[in-house]
Amino acid sequence: MMATAMLMGELMSGPIGLGHLMVLGAVVFVSGVVTILLKRNAVGILMGVELVLNAANINLVAVDRFAPTVMEPLAGQVFAIFIIVIAAAEAAVALAIFLNFYNNFASIDVERADELQG
Amino acid sequence: MHSTIAVGDLAPVAPAMFWLLAVVTAAASLAVAFSRDIVRTAVWLLLALLGVAGIYLLLDAQFLAAVQLVVYAGGILVLIVFGVMLTNRTPMGRLQPSRVAVVGATCVGGVLLATACSAVEILANHRTSAPAGSGPEGTVAELGRLLLGEYLIPFELASVILLVVMIGAAYLAKARRTRRGRLGGGA
Repeated sequence: MMATAMLMGELMSGPIGLGHLMVLGAVVFVSGVVTILLKRNAVGILMGVELVLNAANINLVAVDRFAPTVMEPLAGQVFAIFIIVIAAAEAAVALAIFLNFYNNFASIDVERADELQG
Repeated sequence: MHSTIAVGDLAPVAPAMFWLLAVVTAAASLAVAFSRDIVRTAVWLLLALLGVAGIYLLLDAQFLAAVQLVVYAGGILVLIVFGVMLTNRTPMGRLQPSRVAVVGATCVGGVLLATACSAVEILANHRTSAPAGSGPEGTVAELGRLLLGEYLIPFELASVILLVVMIGAAYLAKARRTRRGRLGGGA
């Protein structure tokens, strides 16, 4: 608790740096995980996954901006682009599966997805 | 070989813009987690994604900000909204805006329009006064060189993945006669 308070005080006073972006990424990441845990609607869970991926992207871009490596400049941004591509692919496949599930069960509730073994 | 970009070359991040975008992004993400209505959740997710795009812009990742807007806010979110509409009985039923909401939305739109107009005016004045090539160069050119050079194989693999996913998603979501029939129509 003390450490958190000290960290917040440090972040409020100093110039914008890597720490600020990482705390923001942590907040977005935790929101995504909480979304995944709370939602029963499968599309809602997908939204949580998107938040988690965005948090990872924020960290990648921030590290690339504030602590760039000499050997691999902009590697963080390139990785972020690939993550966005994978996220788009994942969203498309997940929604196709949800549609299929809805067609078969007339519901999108993940609690009812316990009999999917063919 | 590479034109490395040192920290010193880039301007420091503007604190006011950062705090504004960070608060919007964090609040929208938390709203995604705790909102009950799935359509409202989608709108909060849109706000969070727009905030992240702003953060990218603040971190001199201009191309990434554009990609975030086009792919996430434009593509994935539309996909998600269609997923919501296709899998709910009446998802939009309760979303008739009240009179207060209409007035509020109009005010927000007016403020946004005024901001955009003033930005255009500032930009027009700026362009005539500042000499060409004095602005920040950005990281777009270097990023393109990396994607088609050092990271060419992952780049091509990504296109293969997208092709496979396109075929797979089209196959999975194909409309067909199902075991129990389509139950969604009656309710």
